[in-house]
Amino acid sequence: MNVFRGLKQFFWQDKGFLLGAVLGLAAATALGLVYPKLLGVLIDDMIVPGEYEGLVGLALLAVGVVVVKAGCQYVHGFCGGRVGNRVAYRLRNVCYEKLQVLPFSFYDSARTGDLMSRLTADIEGIRNFIGFGFAQLLNTAFLVLFGFTMMGLIDWQLMLLTLALIPVLSYIAIRFELNIHPVFRAIRAAVGRLTVSVQENIMGVRTVKSFASEKHEMKKFEAGNQHYRDNYLALAAVWAKYFPVIEFVANLTVALLLLVGGIRVIGGSLTLGELVSLNGMLGMIVAPLWTLGFQINNYTQSKAAGERLLELLNQPVTIRNPEHPIVLDDKEVKGHLKFCDVSFRYPNHEHQPSALVNFNLDAPPGSIIGLLGGTGSGKSTIVQLLLRAYDVGEGAITLDGADIRLLELTSLRRQTAIVFQESFLFSTTIRENIAYGRSDASDEEIVEAAKLAQAHDFIMELPLGYETVVGERGMGLSGGQKQRIALARALLLKPKILILDDSTSALDMETEQRIQQSLRQVMAGRTTFIIAHRISSLRHADEIVVLDRGHVIQRGKHEQLVRQPGLYRETYRTQYADRPDELEPVAEGRRVSG
Amino acid sequence: MSRQFKYQDDEVILKSFNWQSMTRLFAYLKPYRSAVVRVVFVMTVFGMMTKLAIPFLISLAIDRAIDPKNGQGSVPLLLGLIASMLALYALRWWAQQYTIRQTNVIGQNVITDLRTALFKHIQGLSFRFFDKRPAGSVLVRVTNDVNSLQDLFTNGVINSVIDIAQLIGIVVILLLMQFKLGLAVMVTVPLMFVVSSTLRKRIRFAWQTVRIKQSRINSHLNESIQGIRVTQAFAQEQENIGFFDGMNRSNIRSWNFASALNQLFGPVIEVTSAVGTLILLLYGTHLIRYEGMTVGLLVAFITYVSYFWEPITRLGQMYSQLLISMSSAERIFEYMDEKPIVAEKPDAAQLPDVRGHVRFEHVVFGYESDRPALKGIDLDIRPGMTVALVGHTGSGKSTFVNLLCRFYDTVEGRVLIDGTDVRDVTLDSLRSQIGIVLQDTFIFSGTIRDNIRYGRPDASDAEVEAAARAVRAHDFISQLPDGYDTEVQERGSALSMGQRQLLSFARALLADPRILILDEATASIDTETELRIQEALGTLLENRTSFIVAHRLSTIRHADLIVVLDHGVIVEQGTHQELMRLENGYYRGLIDAQYRFLSA
Repeated sequence: MNVFRGLKQFFWQDKGFLLGAVLGLAAATALGLVYPKLLGVLIDDMIVPGEYEGLVGLALLAVGVVVVKAGCQYVHGFCGGRVGNRVAYRLRNVCYEKLQVLPFSFYDSARTGDLMSRLTADIEGIRNFIGFGFAQLLNTAFLVLFGFTMMGLIDWQLMLLTLALIPVLSYIAIRFELNIHPVFRAIRAAVGRLTVSVQENIMGVRTVKSFASEKHEMKKFEAGNQHYRDNYLALAAVWAKYFPVIEFVANLTVALLLLVGGIRVIGGSLTLGELVSLNGMLGMIVAPLWTLGFQINNYTQSKAAGERLLELLNQPVTIRNPEHPIVLDDKEVKGHLKFCDVSFRYPNHEHQPSALVNFNLDAPPGSIIGLLGGTGSGKSTIVQLLLRAYDVGEGAITLDGADIRLLELTSLRRQTAIVFQESFLFSTTIRENIAYGRSDASDEEIVEAAKLAQAHDFIMELPLGYETVVGERGMGLSGGQKQRIALARALLLKPKILILDDSTSALDMETEQRIQQSLRQVMAGRTTFIIAHRISSLRHADEIVVLDRGHVIQRGKHEQLVRQPGLYRETYRTQYADRPDELEPVAEGRRVSG
Repeated sequence: MSRQFKYQDDEVILKSFNWQSMTRLFAYLKPYRSAVVRVVFVMTVFGMMTKLAIPFLISLAIDRAIDPKNGQGSVPLLLGLIASMLALYALRWWAQQYTIRQTNVIGQNVITDLRTALFKHIQGLSFRFFDKRPAGSVLVRVTNDVNSLQDLFTNGVINSVIDIAQLIGIVVILLLMQFKLGLAVMVTVPLMFVVSSTLRKRIRFAWQTVRIKQSRINSHLNESIQGIRVTQAFAQEQENIGFFDGMNRSNIRSWNFASALNQLFGPVIEVTSAVGTLILLLYGTHLIRYEGMTVGLLVAFITYVSYFWEPITRLGQMYSQLLISMSSAERIFEYMDEKPIVAEKPDAAQLPDVRGHVRFEHVVFGYESDRPALKGIDLDIRPGMTVALVGHTGSGKSTFVNLLCRFYDTVEGRVLIDGTDVRDVTLDSLRSQIGIVLQDTFIFSGTIRDNIRYGRPDASDAEVEAAARAVRAHDFISQLPDGYDTEVQERGSALSMGQRQLLSFARALLADPRILILDEATASIDTETELRIQEALGTLLENRTSFIVAHRLSTIRHADLIVVLDHGVIVEQGTHQELMRLENGYYRGLIDAQYRFLSA
């Protein structure tokens, strides 16, 4: 129950509804037991002695009981639905808010599918349990208690006789639950396997078709499909094994009652009406016991769901505002960035070498900083540290002289705009995607930003122009087009610091060249960080930093670096090794003179 | 302006179901006809009969053995009756086991068949089909839409037959046992039908709204998790939280409404059935009093009447289920009706092993009829040549490749390989001789080894390794934790772009096609890998006809022939030296621009 104590804040404010759900069901149950009793009275007190005066009253009473019972049932359903929904609403909001503020380091190891299932299936589990499962579990207890008490009041010996079968029934129901549990898990895995096989086939359709491997794919799919079917048949087998037995045992109690009760009626120690009453009550008690296995399952599942939700909610937010944050005034910020002896190691990578070691950099307003290096060299780390996606391990990063850890987080991030390596577009119009960072931007500003990012022309060629819906389910754009929209999104902010994380890789050289021209215009007096593998992208930087495994191995301007032996010159040679000799002196000459 | 995301909704089902799709869907039951007949027989005869016989036996026990009108009760008779009850229970046990097993076998087989048919059909469809649709929506048809038919085929159809049989059975028994009382009690049945179907219809619509809103929430959640870095970098957390709260609130409001309505169902049916109870008690007692009806009969009636309500509710649920299933079925059939635009001729021959002589004869093609992508291409490539295709986006380079592999058919003209029209041979024999290395390498889940072997599943481990060595991929592979047996997940996301590219080279080399098409990656790759790729290219291109959609100057320069495309027309062709000699040449312009850029 610890889990539910943890979740108490989400449902306890609705204790009225919770009480309504429980009491409604309990009352309905109790009233349900009255009906067989009335039947007994009808037989014993009216039909057998032939005295029919109270008949209409009794019939109306029976109808009244049914109507009130239905009312109570509704109170249970209504209250249960309400409390469940409210809990789901609150939990979903709180989880969503948590997801918004969890740091990058959390997302480095989190999987989308897992988070999704917490926010959907797990919340659903809690909704059902708090709303209904909890009341039903209590109700089963009530019913057994009430039912056997009422039976005992009529005839305690018969009550004890039938009571003996309850443990048997419960045992089978619980066995059933234990057996079916692993099957459900196997089914979930089979569904996953089938989905992956289909998903890969569709997403990799070009590869599949170009290797003419449809037959191979078909075989892979059929294996997954059969596996799925076999698991469902295994489920049916468990079901077929237990369900009829449970019903058989339940029926057995009825037969037993009829036999022993019948003999006693013949012997005169029990009336016919009493037997009919007992028979009716027994039927009502046995019904929920069948589902005992499910109820227990429901409880354990929702407990596990609650644990997973609490785990998410208790995730530490490692990047947070200091106690007395300095709120930056957008107009005052100059954008002077400094890295002073910064070292950093990724969380959860303690056994690996540091991602960045004693890194120093001075980026005055108006400068362009280029970063070059292979995978794992630390260039992306630098960018993430300055966004405060992570906090530095040692050293400090300062903006206009102030340690960025002392700044209010939102106001820091408002000064920067980043274009990520993988351009992410949201499912909305191109206009909204560009305006993502500034929802108050005017149409003119949006078009302006798109023009700067060389995106306006292709956008206007789309049937709906800026109103075209993009994103996962929308219109497909090429990699280069997505990159340009992402760039427009960043440029619209007119940030003090612009970061391009390998974000022009899918563009052809001419487009990139035009973009560089617009950047020069927009970013005058502002700071730009460019991460790239292409020399052409880095060529104009005021300072190019070449990194390898977290260490700076070279730094300087393009002209200096091409003259030094090292990674920069190698890269240059690889990309321009084929450079026609006839052009070389011309280019050199121009550079010297310019 | 507040935040707005747009998610595509499922359609709202307003109509009643489409009979045509239903007939088509039920045709999948045909192979299992005899099994269906057996199950229905067992369940109606043994399952239903036993269920309906029990209350009758109990009434006999009461009237004849326990409390006969005249005379003493009889214990032996009671024992006999209870023994026959037990026999019926045992029979029912067996019948239920049989039914559960068989209905599931039939249902799961139908679902498996349907899914296989759909998947097979989709496999045969052309690129245009996939180009038009996001991968997710195709996936949903093969998985969710097919799954939603599962209940219909495992329980739904067969149970409905049984439910109808049970209803008829009860009616017959009631009328036989006590005609007048039976008739009187049955007054409530139409009432129950009317009440339940009206209510259920409203409930269905209410849940539909909930479902639509729920799926919007799910889309948004998924997207906001994947785009979280953008959100945080642009400090949009608060705006998103506001948007989500609105979404969540509206979802809960619909849910509250649907749930309140849904919870009404049980109680309303119960109140309706109270009318039956009233009739039963008053008129039943009247019949006992004046017409000598027995108490046992009254008890049996009470039981039978309570049996009414179960099949009626289930049939109502079944109807809702059927509506949902039919919309899934329609979506499935929509795909099944898609025709592949590139179809094999019925008399298509196997393309024999080719030498690699490729010929385009006045090829005209357009993806849409009014926008030609290639406007009359003539080209003759001798076996073993390396051809670089150069041009801007939209110049027709990719179209050229698509036609060569026959992913599309030409509108005019022909594509010939060793003198054979590609439309005259089987797709399999054509494509298995052409290898393609795509810009974005697709990595399947499985081991590195499986991925390299993709084009030739029967290759030995030694061959796999030899191919990897030849394209310089061996080094990085052996540094992975499990070498060639390393499992790659989530489309190889742990590998770098360049490493994926090397893997696809190995894959292509192992398949050893006569004709190779290489779509060079534009994306930048770190220097070390870049060097390897350039070395590997040499190995890959040896001894085969190759077409390269080229971006790298080095590749272009070393080609035997450079074909420059612009707006669907070949504007220049020749070697690098030849083309560089053309004053004001298109190619020369492109090359010059790149160097100007570097040195500007």
